[in-house]
Amino acid sequence: MATATQTQTGVINLQEERRQPQSMTRIVVRRFFAHRMAVVGVILLALIVLYVTVGAFFFTEAYANKTNVRAKFAAPSADYPFGTDSVGRDVMARTIYGGQISLAIGVVAMSISVTLGTLIGLAAGYFGGLVDAILMRLVEAILTIPLLILLLLLSRALMEISSSTTVILGREISVTVVVIVIIIGLTSWMGLSRIVRSLVLSLKEQEFVVAARSMGAGNGRIIFGHILPNCVAPIMVSATLEVGVAIVIEAALSFLGFGVMPPTATWGNILNGARQSIDDLWWLWVAPGALIMMTVLAINFIGDGLRDAFDPRSIK
Amino acid sequence: MARFIARRILWLFLVLFTVSIITFTLMHAVPGGPFAQEKALPPAVLANINAKYNLDDPFLIQYLNYLGDILLPRITSGKQPKSLEHEFLINIKLPGEGDPTLRWMNWGPSYKSSSRTVNDIFRENLPISFQLGVSALVIAMCIGIPLGIMAALKRNTVYDYAGMGVAIFGVSVPVIITAPLLQYIFGVQLRAVPVSGWGSFQHMILPALALGFTQSALLARLTRASLLQVMNEDYIRTARAKGVSERMVVIRHALKNGMIPVITVIGPLFAALVTGTFVVETIFGIPGMGRFFVTSVTGRDYPVIMGTILLYAIFLVLANLIVDLIYAWVDPRIRFD
Repeated sequence: MATATQTQTGVINLQEERRQPQSMTRIVVRRFFAHRMAVVGVILLALIVLYVTVGAFFFTEAYANKTNVRAKFAAPSADYPFGTDSVGRDVMARTIYGGQISLAIGVVAMSISVTLGTLIGLAAGYFGGLVDAILMRLVEAILTIPLLILLLLLSRALMEISSSTTVILGREISVTVVVIVIIIGLTSWMGLSRIVRSLVLSLKEQEFVVAARSMGAGNGRIIFGHILPNCVAPIMVSATLEVGVAIVIEAALSFLGFGVMPPTATWGNILNGARQSIDDLWWLWVAPGALIMMTVLAINFIGDGLRDAFDPRSIK
Repeated sequence: MARFIARRILWLFLVLFTVSIITFTLMHAVPGGPFAQEKALPPAVLANINAKYNLDDPFLIQYLNYLGDILLPRITSGKQPKSLEHEFLINIKLPGEGDPTLRWMNWGPSYKSSSRTVNDIFRENLPISFQLGVSALVIAMCIGIPLGIMAALKRNTVYDYAGMGVAIFGVSVPVIITAPLLQYIFGVQLRAVPVSGWGSFQHMILPALALGFTQSALLARLTRASLLQVMNEDYIRTARAKGVSERMVVIRHALKNGMIPVITVIGPLFAALVTGTFVVETIFGIPGMGRFFVTSVTGRDYPVIMGTILLYAIFLVLANLIVDLIYAWVDPRIRFD
């Protein structure tokens, strides 16, 4: 802790304190890495990222999307470690390239939703009054529509171009990936905006804000220079957890056939292909299922670790 | 209290109004119409169908017509076709000449299954979802809350770690994985229960477990966090200091206050579970509301989309109202004003 440490004899040891000046960031980092499950989460996630990046050196994407009807539904073997699917595609290669897309969807959708949630929360909390009333009623209205219906409606509205592909970062990717990212980002910012708003409501009354204003700081400077840095803890925790949520939503949408369209693979649509064959073709769902599970688990471990690390009450 | 409830009912209508506008706009923003199929119909036929369902009216008129059909009661008399019973949710026979009947809440036809109306779907499929949702909620509460209490009271012991380990699994593993896994283990391998379908108690076990498990994990984590916070409050120390037994401290003082955040999430959870859960109903082949959510969006079945969304909104607002009433009972400091 940043406070003076008390030795057994009750003498306050200020010297040690002076030797280790600690910034908030360092305290959080230290506490985070002292959190056993958080470290497990980091390692697990690193392994998964390694799997989808290094794995790409062993298979080309063209191979992952190549169909071979003669080898369909092949059980796991030396040639196909995770077996093949209904049109003979290599499940392992698909989980590698699908994993890249699933993780990318998680991260980009999170960025959209965190940006929206933070900005809307800041605006509602700081300006109050009519701005607050309108934004928060909007949040309530969106929360009243069942999430999946909203997702399905939006995906229907935006998905007319479903069969086309586009080139992103030198890769040919189904346009649906972009659509899904936007849809998930647009429908998952409400929780964070409420948290940020309630924080801002109390922060804006505090002395340092009054001090900043008396020194002539404008609204922009107060919001982004003074209030936003104090909201970092919940934003980072939400951002982490949101990656997992986005991956699960993508998987659920693709599972229902509303998500990312072939040829682009994601963990969700690989799982969708396994829907009809739960009983005998176990390899179709075990690999993508386990990958989704481990990823989300790792992300939740990290999120919990961050939450505890940021929490001033958690003294360990 | 009566004023509080009255104001909340008013609020319900405001919410429904907003939700209906958003949904109606979003629905019509989707290119194409309910009858624009891949194999295009002859223009004359299409125009006829659109005219039959008033889809050729201006957008605003369509919306007002829709609202009017639901909100305005009608009295019919004389020779009445049986189909009216299907169109209106509420049919009350009035005394008088020629069988006058008060009919209210016409939720419209279903474009895709022309023999059924939205009310038929409500009457036949909602009870199925409701039954499944309530059992899932009961499972979630019976597992989640005790697990959370145990973890909080035995903080940092093996019970805590084990309980929270299970809980974080439950939160992390999406239902699209737990459901097939349960089907595989209990349906295919052990042959203990049917893999899918609906009709008997056995059919309900797996889907209710799949739904309940995820939610129980959520409740367990919330219960633990909330209870840990409450246990540090001054009134707990006071209660202990005046010699109340630890058991009573937990039951009377800690639990009652610690349950407030848990009750808060149970409200929306109830609404979400009983109005149908698409994924679980799809996986287990259950003829509940969830299926209609999905098929109505695919087929642009406007009245079904609107009906199911509004139904969910009604459940949600009512559930939240009940939650607010429970607050006052749990914590008398909370007053309605």
